[in-house]
Amino acid sequence: MIRASKKEKCTFHFHNTTVNIFVGLFLSVVFSNHTAKSKKTLAKPGVKNIVLVDGVRTPFLQSGTIYADLMPHDLARAALQGLLNRTGLPKDAVDYIVYGTVIQEVKTSNVAREAALGAGFSDKTPAHTVTMACISSNQAMTTAVGLIAAGQCDAVVAGGVEFMSDVPIRHSRRMRKTMLSLNKAKTLGARLSLLGSIRLAHLAPELPAVAEFSTAETMGHSADRLAAAFGVSRLEQDEFALRSHTLAKKAQDSGLLSDVISFKVPGKDIVSKDNGIRPSTMEQMAKLKPAFIKPHGTVTAANSSFLTDGASAVLIMSEEKALAMGYKPKAYLRDFVYVSQDPKDQLLLGPTYATPKVLEKSGLTLNDIDVFEFHEAFAGQIMANLKAMESDWFAQTYMGRKTKVGAPPMEKFNSWGGSLSLGHPFAATGCRLVTTVAHRLQKEGGQYGLVAACAAGGQGHAMVIEAYPQ
Amino acid sequence: ERETRLKFICDCTAGVMSSTGRSAFFSRTHVNYEIKGDVAVIRMNDPSVNTLSVQMQREMTEVMDEVWGNSAVQSVVLISSKPGSFIAGADLNMIQACTTAEEVTLLSQEGQKMFEKIEKSPKPIVAAINGSCLGGGFEFAIACQYRIATKSKKTVLGCPEVMLGLLPGAGGTQRLPKMLGLPSAFDVVLTGRSIRPDKAKKMGLVHQLVDTLGPGLKSPEERTIEYLEEVAVEAARGLAKKQIPLTKEKGLMQKIQDYVMSYPFVRQQIYNTVQKKVMKQTKGLYPAPLKIIECVKAGLEQGPTAGYLAESQNFGKLAMTPESKALIGLYHGQVTCKKNRFGTPEKEVKALAVLGAGLMGAGIAQVSVDKGIHTILKDTTLEGLSRGEQQVYKGLNDKTKKKSITTFERDSFLSNLTGQLDYNGFNKADMVIEAVFEDLSIKHKVLKEVEAVIPPHCIFATNTSALPIKDIAAVSKRPEKVIGMHYFSPVDKMQLLEIITTDKTSKDTTASAVAVGLKQGKVIIVVGDGPGFYTTRCLAPMLAEAVRVLQEGVDPKKLDSLTTGFGFPVGAATLADEVGIDVAAHVAEDLGKAFGSRFGGGNIEFLKSMVDKGFKGRKSGKGCYIYQPGLKRRDVNTEALEILESYKLTPNAAISSDSDIQYRLVSRFVNEAVLCLQEGILANPVEGDIGAVFGLGFPPCLGGPFRFVDSFGADKLVEKMRKFEEVFGNQFTPCQLLLDHAKDPSKKFHK
Repeated sequence: MIRASKKEKCTFHFHNTTVNIFVGLFLSVVFSNHTAKSKKTLAKPGVKNIVLVDGVRTPFLQSGTIYADLMPHDLARAALQGLLNRTGLPKDAVDYIVYGTVIQEVKTSNVAREAALGAGFSDKTPAHTVTMACISSNQAMTTAVGLIAAGQCDAVVAGGVEFMSDVPIRHSRRMRKTMLSLNKAKTLGARLSLLGSIRLAHLAPELPAVAEFSTAETMGHSADRLAAAFGVSRLEQDEFALRSHTLAKKAQDSGLLSDVISFKVPGKDIVSKDNGIRPSTMEQMAKLKPAFIKPHGTVTAANSSFLTDGASAVLIMSEEKALAMGYKPKAYLRDFVYVSQDPKDQLLLGPTYATPKVLEKSGLTLNDIDVFEFHEAFAGQIMANLKAMESDWFAQTYMGRKTKVGAPPMEKFNSWGGSLSLGHPFAATGCRLVTTVAHRLQKEGGQYGLVAACAAGGQGHAMVIEAYPQ
Repeated sequence: ERETRLKFICDCTAGVMSSTGRSAFFSRTHVNYEIKGDVAVIRMNDPSVNTLSVQMQREMTEVMDEVWGNSAVQSVVLISSKPGSFIAGADLNMIQACTTAEEVTLLSQEGQKMFEKIEKSPKPIVAAINGSCLGGGFEFAIACQYRIATKSKKTVLGCPEVMLGLLPGAGGTQRLPKMLGLPSAFDVVLTGRSIRPDKAKKMGLVHQLVDTLGPGLKSPEERTIEYLEEVAVEAARGLAKKQIPLTKEKGLMQKIQDYVMSYPFVRQQIYNTVQKKVMKQTKGLYPAPLKIIECVKAGLEQGPTAGYLAESQNFGKLAMTPESKALIGLYHGQVTCKKNRFGTPEKEVKALAVLGAGLMGAGIAQVSVDKGIHTILKDTTLEGLSRGEQQVYKGLNDKTKKKSITTFERDSFLSNLTGQLDYNGFNKADMVIEAVFEDLSIKHKVLKEVEAVIPPHCIFATNTSALPIKDIAAVSKRPEKVIGMHYFSPVDKMQLLEIITTDKTSKDTTASAVAVGLKQGKVIIVVGDGPGFYTTRCLAPMLAEAVRVLQEGVDPKKLDSLTTGFGFPVGAATLADEVGIDVAAHVAEDLGKAFGSRFGGGNIEFLKSMVDKGFKGRKSGKGCYIYQPGLKRRDVNTEALEILESYKLTPNAAISSDSDIQYRLVSRFVNEAVLCLQEGILANPVEGDIGAVFGLGFPPCLGGPFRFVDSFGADKLVEKMRKFEEVFGNQFTPCQLLLDHAKDPSKKFHK
């Protein structure tokens, strides 16, 4: 350990990635003699150790089911209260709350604040909302890490909520303009003439679409093209989707999904399980028609993640604070990166770009990682990413790298299910991934975990998580 | 033992080869095929561009016969291995090599026969289209049973033959009316416009669309073609197994249309309407559209035999018309003028600065930013700058309305534009194009200011329509970097760019200016320096003559109809309004000083009086006509007629017939063009023709002034000019080169 930290000091002074790679390689050679459990810690001198104390989530439900009559902040409240219950955290011990959301309910545009107040947090605890599509709660968590690392806070709650059972449907721009002018019209005549200007077509509503603003392409369409670009077959996609559902079912049945809290839905029963897990058969799945590109597309409802309602929350602290409060943290949150690329043709390739970058930053290789949790937007997207990561040509042509990073071994990959089966409430997924990595590291005895996810806008994220010594 | 094995393998190979057709497999260079299960995938791969050449047709026939004869094959996919094109069209050289109409008719009939076999194929054929699918290639595709196209920006369908004075001669005029119905078919064949994939799908021209793919495990282009093939193979299987129906159920509108069209008098009505519309637009100067109507009519009214015969015979006739030769000449000329004969410049222009945010300056900025060139637009006043930036925004925004670009692309293009009032950032410019007021002292002032701030490699281009470049460059410290770039208004619509070099302009400067122009999408002619260069110099005498004609009492509307009747797209009076009466007066005065009485004719004082009254043409709302925003109809400006009264001339009856007036206008234009070639202002007749047609609207059916002299006859033209010379003097004196051609009929500008 002394040797390691000495070497790391070098890297600290140089601040150079190539040096980091070198040290990483060097270290892995030095420590490969030891058993797997004695890999070095990723602690860096002069950088605070930041820990995940615990994480919870509401059951993820298909939208339009039991949560249908709630509002987004209700779900967020449930997750926040669940976190308080789980950790026994005094409400006033929280310095700050950061929450992610994608489709905003206009009444609660700072949903973090509304949910915090409603969950009974101190009204002296500030809260803000972040948005970065499907990596919104990753952004919430890394914002928390930043606040702690900068010495501004010691205990931050991060999380995310998505509520697809109700989305803002707007009047058309013409209609809105008329209505706003109506407010300002002073005379009856002016008002009548404005009302008279309304045409039937102006009444047609504007529906939000899961489409890129820059390209107007829906995400499913882009995923289908991506799968085709990497030659991912329909069969491969269905197989991967089936795997996700099968593993999720197994994890659910074995009680591994301990981050799920029970939630008494007003007017309904207590919910304590995800309801989108539905292992089917290959034959059943093969019957489905393509959902986006017709008639020859390969992305179907069965091999895509479904619209989901859900919320998640995690408690992040500086290690000293956590220990001082008597907590036994679950994991260290280490290096993270954000990447972005062409939103048209590489919309969902975030993990491919983010993975080698974060590994380099941590001085690790793919082989060092014991637990992988990748966000499964579409089976085709995951398979395309795996193929891209396995391709030297892709690494050289598009990433400016000498060699491929390699694809994660499947036995370490999303082994408790993923977004395809558990559900994908856009802004809540990031916390689920991080908490799952922590839980899997504990359960499986690994040391390093890697989270990676893609997001609309052609962005991506990856984070290295280190098990807290048991 | 090893030897016998080797021999065995050889024998087998030979056996296989003979069974697939006498080792023809190896001699085929344009078409090959592969059998994928029960689907034959035929790939076209002409070593240069896929065209329906003799070689391609021969190999295709061979391959088709093999495929039809192979019982293992149930269906066929036809695809190109070229990323940018399916089949770009028929081989023009093949048609041009024919000397008689009968030969061309024969070519057409061969094509018709081949596509008839394709149409009647017992095994369904899927045309998998990526890239241009035009002319003969388009006719090939519509003969197939099923069409799948990629959504690539390069994918376009259509039959542009009419633009070359021809018609779709391989069944196009017969199949399209059946596929699309009469009105749409006429629209497609008569306009020759390119149809984008999504539109083609809506019209029912293609059955299925395939997206283009981005980065994957291969290059996007390569993988997209592969993907198209995969989808096409699946479709071919589906067709063979009858899982995919060959005929689509017709919609209600289609059924109603078919019902209405079943009445002969309705069809007759359509023929008449279309005929009238064509006559109105072409003034009867273009035979191709009329022949197309004839062919369609023959097919529908007298049956396919008559229809196909009419098509092949008319195709032959059209190929021999001077109009077709002129249009094909323009096509070739345009291709030539889209190349940089000065080579690759040392430094690519990435940062451009445009001085003056007027109509021209803003137009130049617009066609630069949307090609990814960072452009500074500088003006001296905030109002001027604001107007200019609005012009760029509007130009791009109009494209979003036509859906040729997205709003996002518009925004990202606009991010290349920086509007400013100072010279900030000019130290990083690779080229400055000034488009300030046409006044030598202002141009000098600007040039000095700019040279003080630009880096040494930066090129100074001046956008002027008449001032000699060497006069502008006279105050330059680095005249080798000074060049003229004469754009035409409106810059985003007019295709021509006239580049003017002085004795001192370096070759690299010229190469760079041409490269920028090509990037801006222009057709380029490079001419020598002198007053009016080439284009303005040709236009000025014609406009001088037009003014005289007006003074002789001819109404502006009559003058317009005489010029458009000759084939000019815009009448002379309207053209003067478009150019600007003030500009015309300015140029006439300048060139008059430079060239003397030869440039006389109409009275410049008349133009000046117009300007004094504020009648500066369209931009001021009044010129020869009155322009009202939102109104298409234009009335003659009666006040202008009043001014004309005081400059009235008495026409000489001997040279004032309609035809005389037309030739008075045209011969001065043509003579000046030929003189430009004689003086070396023009490098060759091709650029002369392209410049006249694309910049000044010289009748395309005549192919430009030089082709006009070739086809009309220099001697006949000289004869006419001599007659006018007797009355008007040296304005009509034919130049020496024209006289040379008149003396020796074997002399032609175009071979």
